[in-house]
Amino acid sequence: MTTSLLLSLPEEILALAAVLCLLLGSFLPRGRQWVVRVVGAAACAGALAATIVLWGRQGGTAFEGSYAVDAALGGTRIAVVVAVLLVLCLATDETRGHARESEFVVLVLLSAVGAVLLAGSLDLLLLVAAYLVATIPLYALTAFAKDSPGTEAALKFYLLGALLSATMLFGVVLLLGAGGATSYAGLRTGPGAAVAIGAVAVLAGLLFKAGAAPAQFWVPDVTEGTRPAVAALVTTVPKIGALVAVYRFAADVLQPAGLAWPVLLAVVAAATMTLGNLAAFFQDNVRRLLAYSTISQVGYVLLAVVAATRSTLALPGLLYYLAGYAVTNVGAFAVVCALPRAASPGDYGGLRRRYPYLALCLVVLLLGFVGTPPTAVFAGKVAVFTAAWDAGYGWLVVVAAVNTVASVFYYLRWIAPAMRGTEPGDAIGAPAPWSRAAAYATAPATVALGLLAGPVLAVLAPSG
Amino acid sequence: MLSIVVFLPVVAALALLAAPGASDRVVRWTWVAVSALVLALVVALWIGYSPGASGFGYETQVNWIPTVGSGYHVGVDGLSLPLVALTAVLFLSCAVYSLRETHRVRSLAALFLFLETVCLGVFVALDLLLFFVFFDLSIVGMYFVIAGWGHSGAARAAVKFFLYTFLGSLALLLGFIGLYLAASPHTFDMLDLTRQDPMAGKGAVAVLVMLAIVVGLAVKTPTVPVHTWLPPAHVDAPAAGSAILAGVLLKMGTYGFVRIAMPILPQTWRAYAPVILAVGIVSVLYGALVALAQRDFKRMIAYTSVNHMGYVVLAVGAAAMLADTEAQARQLAVTGAVTQMVSHGLITGALFLLSGVLFERGKTYDMASYGGLARQLPAFAGITAVAVFASLGLPGFSGFIAEFQIFTGSIGAAPVPVGFALLGVLITAVLFLRAYQQVFLGPTKTRVAGDLTLTETVAIGPLMLLAVAIGLFPRFLLDVIEPAASVL
Repeated sequence: MTTSLLLSLPEEILALAAVLCLLLGSFLPRGRQWVVRVVGAAACAGALAATIVLWGRQGGTAFEGSYAVDAALGGTRIAVVVAVLLVLCLATDETRGHARESEFVVLVLLSAVGAVLLAGSLDLLLLVAAYLVATIPLYALTAFAKDSPGTEAALKFYLLGALLSATMLFGVVLLLGAGGATSYAGLRTGPGAAVAIGAVAVLAGLLFKAGAAPAQFWVPDVTEGTRPAVAALVTTVPKIGALVAVYRFAADVLQPAGLAWPVLLAVVAAATMTLGNLAAFFQDNVRRLLAYSTISQVGYVLLAVVAATRSTLALPGLLYYLAGYAVTNVGAFAVVCALPRAASPGDYGGLRRRYPYLALCLVVLLLGFVGTPPTAVFAGKVAVFTAAWDAGYGWLVVVAAVNTVASVFYYLRWIAPAMRGTEPGDAIGAPAPWSRAAAYATAPATVALGLLAGPVLAVLAPSG
Repeated sequence: MLSIVVFLPVVAALALLAAPGASDRVVRWTWVAVSALVLALVVALWIGYSPGASGFGYETQVNWIPTVGSGYHVGVDGLSLPLVALTAVLFLSCAVYSLRETHRVRSLAALFLFLETVCLGVFVALDLLLFFVFFDLSIVGMYFVIAGWGHSGAARAAVKFFLYTFLGSLALLLGFIGLYLAASPHTFDMLDLTRQDPMAGKGAVAVLVMLAIVVGLAVKTPTVPVHTWLPPAHVDAPAAGSAILAGVLLKMGTYGFVRIAMPILPQTWRAYAPVILAVGIVSVLYGALVALAQRDFKRMIAYTSVNHMGYVVLAVGAAAMLADTEAQARQLAVTGAVTQMVSHGLITGALFLLSGVLFERGKTYDMASYGGLARQLPAFAGITAVAVFASLGLPGFSGFIAEFQIFTGSIGAAPVPVGFALLGVLITAVLFLRAYQQVFLGPTKTRVAGDLTLTETVAIGPLMLLAVAIGLFPRFLLDVIEPAASVL
């Protein structure tokens, strides 16, 4: 038990910090709520340090086999914690001195704990619990501003989430009934049809969290309706946890059950990236555009999941892509947060003229989404394309490549005005300082992560 | 040493971006100085070049992404060294030419220096992934050149350019992944792949992989029918951008044929060589015919690029059709192809810079609105005459050496079709002479003032001198190319 507690130290740090922040927030005067934010950031740093210290002890399970402590969990922890740190940074501009500043930090930390738990779950009950911990704080955060778009988005998010969580519970019940256990390891026998239906129902819940087709409808509404800092969180952190959970579920449950899951997930991946791209084409709101872009990115990440158990590159590729995606995505939202009055791509016209470095960051980040070398997403794409082809899904790789080309079009629709030399419009005000700092940090980070793809991928390999 | 040459420009570019206080004058001269330094270093590389056992000089190999068997592996041989030199020369010319540029000089200088690194990188990369990184970045760099400094229709042309060539580069990436997975152990290293010949006996997979690679390279070259991005990109790009696009970026496609497609997929390449040859011949004729119909000076040169690059494709196709007993003809064809790349880079680079001068003076590329310019701008008319004659392949210029070798080497492979392609030379001669006559001779239509300035002469003159030097004394170039061409 002690060992288990030690092995899950990063999650404990985050969870305890959430409690501490809640208490602190109740006592501190409004002018000094920044302390809560500092505690939250310190907890993230602590969790990061703990993850690195514990890296060598990975490779087993904790809590009687219900929680995996391996490279997949380690990679998720790092990606989630870094993303949360960045979100805390870019939310500072808007929430500093806000009446509910400490609540914001608490909810962010809790959703991070949920996302990491999702990635480590080896038991259906833990999976459901993690799903709820990762989701419920986000409902509250979506409506954080208490304005009508936010409230509407939260309602849509909640309704779809409730439906899918019920579906997921139904799936868990079926699997328990058919397999006689809730742990992944104990599930391996049972009547085929019940297992298949149960597995699909559980997958549906996870795909909802990941924002993949056919449960992707909430993503654009939430991203547009809520505050941009929250949107950065919602489109990044839960997706990381959910996609690793899908990977684990596929490799540990679907594969032994002998289901034809790769085909199903391949179709889901193809549909996700295609639908995301098609919808992004003519979006006139940058947040909606980013929302659809995140959907299509999830489609590419699913290539790695399709290749699970069939290619040695699948897991490192998945984790690496998720890390690269997280940094790139939060970075793009940082630019959006820095210029809160710019809503459409056209509003960014002349950005280069007034804030050349911010424009440069935006270009690097958006080209990063396209997969332009040497950014992180490029190396991630090479890895997942290779893994999927290796697994025998050449057609899916071709679909992904075509989609990538198509995606250039809408990213350019944003890049082109930003780089144009026209006189900047009213929407280009002085950038919010913390968000700008986050943008300045992330854009070089995506390039650095891409150049360091070799060592990073080596560390993430399953033996590590 | 080679890596220093490659990365020096991008370091200078970053320095320029990090120094917002520098005046335009300082920026311009830094740009020229760095380009000149790169050229000097390349000349030093050329003088000290002696290929090692692997056939490459200045080889460096460092692990980069060992998980996917990719490394930072660079080196030059007889196929790449001339193109590296061409790149350095053209970038210096463009730097000098842009000395009078006043619009956002710092960004332009940084962008061109970045592009220089990228272009050099493509030609020295000996690892497929590294090659792809540079190949793809060249698209990004050129996109911003066209979009940022182009003429009125530039935004559309730039997007078209980006989408088209990006599609090509992704096809290329798919082909590379296919090669990687077929190799055992998996690797992206070109030399290892050449040794392994991973696609031998792979049947349909080999054909698909080659199709992906050939399509990717053909878009960049460009050949018919995937050339349609080229004319708008050229017409709307600034003169220096066009010169780099035509002079250097197009070579990446044809260089890919001789560096990647031919050595790594020898059997498949040989099996489908007649198709390549046919594409080359169609490009030659179609490019020439469409160029003949143009009224716009710059658009016409753009189409002659399709024609000239067609000769290169023709040569590499024909080389593979020749039997082993005709090794000499094969070497001749490949040498001709590489020479043609260099020659086209110099001549078309010069022609695009000259068209920039024309636009500067007359504010239009429409040939019908000019006439009798030779009386008003004698120096400009003279140097354009030299470039035009060089481009149509007159003996004494580099184009003649290249085309002569190409035709002599290829004719044995398929006499009738290759003979047909000779028509292309004829059509090009007609269209160039007609265009020259219209613009420079005859009655004066518009008053145009201002002959070539000193900087323009210094930018364009050396390109023509080099074209003449290669035309008269080709051995210094051929001695480098031939050993590398003979192993293909």
